[in-house]
Amino acid sequence: MNIFYHIGRYTEMLGQMFSKPEKFSVYWNRLMEEIYQLGIKSIGIVVLMSAFMGMVIVIQTATAIDSPLIPAYTVGFTTKQSIILEFSPTIISLILAGKVGSNIASELGSMRVTEQIDALEIMGVNSRNFLVTPKILGTVLIFPLLIVFSMLFGFLGGWFACVSTELVTVEKYIYGIVAFNNNDMMYLTYALSKTAVFAFIMTSISAYQGYYVKGGSLEVGKASTRAVVYSSVLILLFNYLITQLVLI
Amino acid sequence: MIEVKNIDKSFGEVQILHDINFTFQEGKTNIIIGQSGSGKSVLAKCIVGLHKPENGQILYNGRDLISMGKREKKEIRKEIGMLFQGGALFDSLTVEENVMFPLTMFTKMSKKEMRERVKFCLDRVNILDKNKLFPSEISGGMQKRVAIARAIVMKPKYLFCDEPNSGLDPRTSILIDDLIKDLTEEYKMTTVVITHDMNSVLEIGENIMFIYKGKNHWTGDKESILTTQNKEVTDFVYSSKFMRMYREKIMK
Repeated sequence: MNIFYHIGRYTEMLGQMFSKPEKFSVYWNRLMEEIYQLGIKSIGIVVLMSAFMGMVIVIQTATAIDSPLIPAYTVGFTTKQSIILEFSPTIISLILAGKVGSNIASELGSMRVTEQIDALEIMGVNSRNFLVTPKILGTVLIFPLLIVFSMLFGFLGGWFACVSTELVTVEKYIYGIVAFNNNDMMYLTYALSKTAVFAFIMTSISAYQGYYVKGGSLEVGKASTRAVVYSSVLILLFNYLITQLVLI
Repeated sequence: MIEVKNIDKSFGEVQILHDINFTFQEGKTNIIIGQSGSGKSVLAKCIVGLHKPENGQILYNGRDLISMGKREKKEIRKEIGMLFQGGALFDSLTVEENVMFPLTMFTKMSKKEMRERVKFCLDRVNILDKNKLFPSEISGGMQKRVAIARAIVMKPKYLFCDEPNSGLDPRTSILIDDLIKDLTEEYKMTTVVITHDMNSVLEIGENIMFIYKGKNHWTGDKESILTTQNKEVTDFVYSSKFMRMYREKIMK
């Protein structure tokens, strides 16, 4: 099927999603549940990845600086820029696209093939609105918070590397992080905004793949794979577009 | 009463249903039978609005489902209960929560009133003791009973059952058939059962449509289906050894 068919159906799905909910209290509970399932349950992997990446960035930067003319606090500054601008919002989003994207596509795909979505429609429930909207809203709200966690634990990982390897003193590392902070708020806003965009992309694309599955469990597996691949590619593409628009 | 008039349905180039006409009688167990792939489930999904036919009308007491607006369609759907082939229970909810779901979504009942209604429905299908379990923790037959409880919890006017006996042993099948028949009489519902199980047809069939290659090939009741001379119908009805033995016994 051609790409325009998918774009049309994806747009239609988004249009249906934002209709008036049948009962607000039920949707509020669904939103809280999705925030917990997709966001809070991802904190562990985000913290782990971020801490180790922070350690590695510090060691790599410190060992790469040969010249005595470059001050030691550059390690802290470089770590901060790497983590805020790219590592936390983009790399963590790609990791979340793998975890959350496959989860969403397989959940909705299984519901489709076992006729649970048909059952909702028969009852008169707008299934797109009921199933997909809380997931999208949930991730758009919670993922920026996860990214803030990621940044903090990235810095902590860097601090640990300073302490354990003594390549840079902790004072110099912290000075590098807190100094030259003129653009920090702008960079932080840029990072969190693009995270929200990535959250929308990965959730809606994965939901689309799962919602329209046809066939059986084999198709559900294929849909999960497509969800991760397409989400990742689109995240990379939008990362480039947003960066070009905002930073140049 | 549900009237189906001149229904055509295709998927791509393949036409599945050809000019289907039939009246599903009020307060009776109406049966759609036919071989696998004959178009039974597609017809049922057209009638409940999951598929949109290219032509024709589907009239619920005179209200045409196909031409009506979204809001009206939503209201009609609240009058419909459906039992799916696999039960279609929500995996993440317990038995009690599954049955309570339509009440939570569409009524202003208090929690206590909802629990009482759910208890009544689960008791009616003899599965009250499993109310705290998840669908994966109960058998296929129990899942079907829970699905029936969920289908009747809103006191529907129309009940659709897609292959209610598939995957069940003969004893459980009879229990499900009896339950469908009893509930139809109790709630005075218009019930539509899609099946290829002749036991079900003979147990509960009051108004039968035989679909053959997407066409309404024969209509009648459970007495006439045993005596009809229609070749396709007799081939279908007497395809099992049991039914052939039954026929021989009657002829003797």
